[in-house]
Amino acid sequence: MSFFFAAIKRDLLLAFRHRNDIVNPLAFFLMVAVLFPLGVSPEAKFLAQVAPGVIWVAALLASLLSVDGIFRTDFDDGSLEQMLVSPQPLVLLVLAKIISHWLISGFCLALMSPLLAMMLFLPQQGLFALVISLLLGTPTLSLIGAIGAGLTVGLRKGGILISLLVLPLYIPVLIFGAGTVQAGTMGMPIGGYLALLGAVLVVSMMLAPFAIVAALKISVRG
Amino acid sequence: MLEVKNLYCERDERVLFNGLNFTISAGEVLQIEGQNGSGKTTLLRILCGLSASFEGDIFWRGQLVEDVREDFYHDMLYVGHLAGVKAALTPEENLQWMMRLSPNLNKLSIYQALEKVGLYGFEDVPCHTLSAGQQRRVGLARLYLSSAPLWILDEPFTALDKKGVAEKESLIAQHVHNGGAVILTTHHDLTIPDKTVRTINLDAGGTQ
Repeated sequence: MSFFFAAIKRDLLLAFRHRNDIVNPLAFFLMVAVLFPLGVSPEAKFLAQVAPGVIWVAALLASLLSVDGIFRTDFDDGSLEQMLVSPQPLVLLVLAKIISHWLISGFCLALMSPLLAMMLFLPQQGLFALVISLLLGTPTLSLIGAIGAGLTVGLRKGGILISLLVLPLYIPVLIFGAGTVQAGTMGMPIGGYLALLGAVLVVSMMLAPFAIVAALKISVRG
Repeated sequence: MLEVKNLYCERDERVLFNGLNFTISAGEVLQIEGQNGSGKTTLLRILCGLSASFEGDIFWRGQLVEDVREDFYHDMLYVGHLAGVKAALTPEENLQWMMRLSPNLNKLSIYQALEKVGLYGFEDVPCHTLSAGQQRRVGLARLYLSSAPLWILDEPFTALDKKGVAEKESLIAQHVHNGGAVILTTHHDLTIPDKTVRTINLDAGGTQ
């Protein structure tokens, strides 16, 4: 277990040393929210209507933007090889990497989302639904995204491929996530949506680490 | 310790080696020779389980290596072309992580190992400010820390100065005298006192 926490600590430390990795997805998230009203319509009524979808799409793309790098540097400097020839369980290591990725992407996005909600005139009563749906939904995005990252880490230009692989699998999370916020803004119960997001998270948490380990082995061993 | 039977590997429709057989026992040094591109690194990666594009069997202490993967990794140290050193972390943080990853890196403390590789005083500067040779030394500090019986080293002397090479050579000698085994590739003429270095030449299809 101490190995697991050491792995999380290492990745968080690396993220703090490369501040770009933390700031880039957040800046992207913010930019979408700033540019969207300028490009479409600044009218409050219209923005309130589209805010749940816009915020969720922006969070999804911001998460996708950062997921490509989750194994990239470790692959480039040989750390990944050392992880593969280590007697420590790889599944645990992969899970630790995903948790630290989520902490610097999804978790920060969820914390920042009330600001975007304000900018897009999302009704106050939808705020709780927004934050909680992002907190429940973004870990799934990290888990699924890491499968794509694992599969494409050996390729020189994996960026486009990873979106093609991963985006279709993101769609259910987007639908339930944005649905939660819609329901929340209209004052309807959100329990059902949250249960679905939670179920998707549990299933992907059980299966994705094994898929990621297999993907990494394929990428490295050829 | 390690036994290789009938190993065959081809890459880009070119046969790198065919019918390669060898064993390495405790107290032996095996040097893989060959031109650039002859498959030295590929062979070492196959031995470590980092490449699956081969046919044949590899046995670790008499058992198929796939069946005893965890034991094998527990008793093996691999230092590849890439040092596995994170540029953003300090040498101390790098070694701390390596020790977490491989519990067999337990012979010395981090500071003792850093002193041995001549990086005392550099333990808390980020590795990207170090020279290529110094970064290599951070990765090679593992040799001082490792209590694993089998070392697999891919070009361990690259980017090291003369003194560094001599130190690593005596370290390898010490390791085999204590009953360890070393498989390595190098273009350097290796001399180990009281031991004959066995060589495998991949240019000639793996003759010993």
